[in-house]
Amino acid sequence: MSNLAIRCEGLSKRYRIGGYTDHYKVLRDVISDVAAAPFRRLKSASRNGNSNGIENSYIWALDDVSFEITAGEVVGIIGRNGSGKTTLLKILSRITKPTRGHAEIHGRVGSLLEVGTGFHPELSGRENIFLNGAILGMRKSEIERKFDEIVAFAEVEKFIDTPVKRYSSGMYVRLAFGVAAHMETEVLLVDEVLAVGDAQFQKKCFEKMREIGSHGRTILFVSHNMSAVRSICKEAVILERGKLVAQGEIDRTVDQYLSRMSLSQSFEQAIETNTFSVTSVEVSSVSGAVVKTFDPVQVRVQFVPKSEIRDPGLYVSFLTMDSRRLTGLDLKDFVTSAPLPAGEPAELGFTIESLPLMPGTYQVEIHLKDMARHLIEFVPQTFQFEVAETEVYGGRKLDGWFGNVGLRAQPLENISRKDA
Amino acid sequence: MNTDLSVAHIDPPSSWPAIGLRELWDYRELLYFLTWRDIKVRYKQTVLGAAWAVIQPLFMMLVFSLFFGRLAGVPSDGIPYPVFTFCGLLPWQLFAHSLTQASNSLVGSQNLITKVYFPRLVVPISAVLGGVVDFAVAFILLLGMLLYYGIVPGWQIVALPGLMLLAVMAALAVGLWLSALNVQYRDVRYTISFLVQFWLFATPVAYPTSIVPEKWRVVYGLNPMVGVVDGFRWALLGKPDSPVVSILTSAIVVVLLLTCGLYYFRRLEQQFADIV
Repeated sequence: MSNLAIRCEGLSKRYRIGGYTDHYKVLRDVISDVAAAPFRRLKSASRNGNSNGIENSYIWALDDVSFEITAGEVVGIIGRNGSGKTTLLKILSRITKPTRGHAEIHGRVGSLLEVGTGFHPELSGRENIFLNGAILGMRKSEIERKFDEIVAFAEVEKFIDTPVKRYSSGMYVRLAFGVAAHMETEVLLVDEVLAVGDAQFQKKCFEKMREIGSHGRTILFVSHNMSAVRSICKEAVILERGKLVAQGEIDRTVDQYLSRMSLSQSFEQAIETNTFSVTSVEVSSVSGAVVKTFDPVQVRVQFVPKSEIRDPGLYVSFLTMDSRRLTGLDLKDFVTSAPLPAGEPAELGFTIESLPLMPGTYQVEIHLKDMARHLIEFVPQTFQFEVAETEVYGGRKLDGWFGNVGLRAQPLENISRKDA
Repeated sequence: MNTDLSVAHIDPPSSWPAIGLRELWDYRELLYFLTWRDIKVRYKQTVLGAAWAVIQPLFMMLVFSLFFGRLAGVPSDGIPYPVFTFCGLLPWQLFAHSLTQASNSLVGSQNLITKVYFPRLVVPISAVLGGVVDFAVAFILLLGMLLYYGIVPGWQIVALPGLMLLAVMAALAVGLWLSALNVQYRDVRYTISFLVQFWLFATPVAYPTSIVPEKWRVVYGLNPMVGVVDGFRWALLGKPDSPVVSILTSAIVVVLLLTCGLYYFRRLEQQFADIV
């Protein structure tokens, strides 16, 4: 029998929506509810006892989720907002109870749903380390043993006896993550908490997570940051509207998730210009299901000419979502194409050896031409495509600050690598 | 290697959950840290600091002495009125403060409850324990007053820790009910100060139990604080008639309230994170 760390069987969680829109009830509501109850029954009876109303005011945040995770596995939980990721973590960390189903966890569980839970602004860094550690379930002796390591990790040695309300937000987050990262539980549940702090600190957190994972501990890691998930996890679980839709090897599962997410690239109705009828525009990876930075890609434009095109031309430009033109390709710089007869489907396009675009959404703009007639026609619609999130340069998520263009780069030879 | 690991089972809410005292014991360090935090933070950024623990009962004693002792001429069983009332105010403050803190404790710890798991009982218990320190500070003032009036407590003083415990347990028993109710119905928050005021007058703090008509004594004695306050006066001021019956009644009421309170709390606890 292999070592099982987590087993879930039919976990479901139902939440009430509407009704009590406030977070809490006021006694008056209950009294008025009770008073109104007989009338409500009367009313529903007159409507042929329609009982749908009850089901409608509930939502299944988690719906019959079953999976098993072996000890030492680092698993990413991915899914859109509201797909039940946090609910799953809350149930596994015993903060809330499932409505149905059963789960078992082997070993001590540490959960990190938020950085700095229970930090008190008036207390010093030192005091907060002990308080927060105790809240996270660490023993005093364990905190004492790890104290210096935590302080060093957070880089707050000088301010350790200052109340944390005087800390910069960066220091605060570093200290809070530092405490949590030094928990010694067999199972660690981590929600989207690494999205805080500056880039350098994020990288440090990822490295810490990877280190924890390599020590044979089981980690469940929720994130929207696909590059982080790919670099930390070995396996992933996809949740969609409370249901588990896939579980498997990390890269394949993330790609599957992203291709589910990506916008559909073909369109129902042809787009008309004076001389052309455009039926499909596609940007696809030659090597995989989704387009990734530095992938070889193909751009294919399919159309039907309405009259004979003697010297066909195509201009493709790549734009950011805010319509900044990044780069473009003109077919006439490469070849002279053969004439295209009227009324027959045709295809023009490019193969791009390595797409230098950073992860994100982009648009393609198309011009079709007939050089013989000096005809340049603009296709009055752009076509979106997604460059999937991958670790472009190491693990961290690259934000807008890095721009849109990816560079294939290496550090100079004489600089020693930090993690070598 | 992993065969000796503890296994946590996660199941839907049960209608008769165990009290889980063993788990509570496992989390004693958290209890200690939360209590310590409350005490440490309470008087931060106040000018008078821990003096507040004395000022409140002191001023109440002055007001009571003036209005009840002097103007209304309320009897005090032959003991100087200020000592008489202060001796009642001390356990009363311990009870009232602990009760108020405990009742608001869960709602005040929302961020913890929705983000981390620990036995929720830790929260109201630590709130109650925080009141003990204030009590200790005010107790020093009481000793000074005893000295001033030349009153020397007899052997009965050994009962004091037990009586203190009874006051704390009474506060916890009621606090458990109110804190759990408060999570669901925020009306409780507004009821507490009213309840505490009312309770003060149903407790022999400003007057002696002896002025309560004989036929009402039994009903009156159901208030657990009656036994505690009478017990305090007996233990410290050396009144000859021992209130054993009164104290025992209080103890029974407290045990009953506490047991029901624990079950009620544990039952509601399973939903705290969802409704708080």
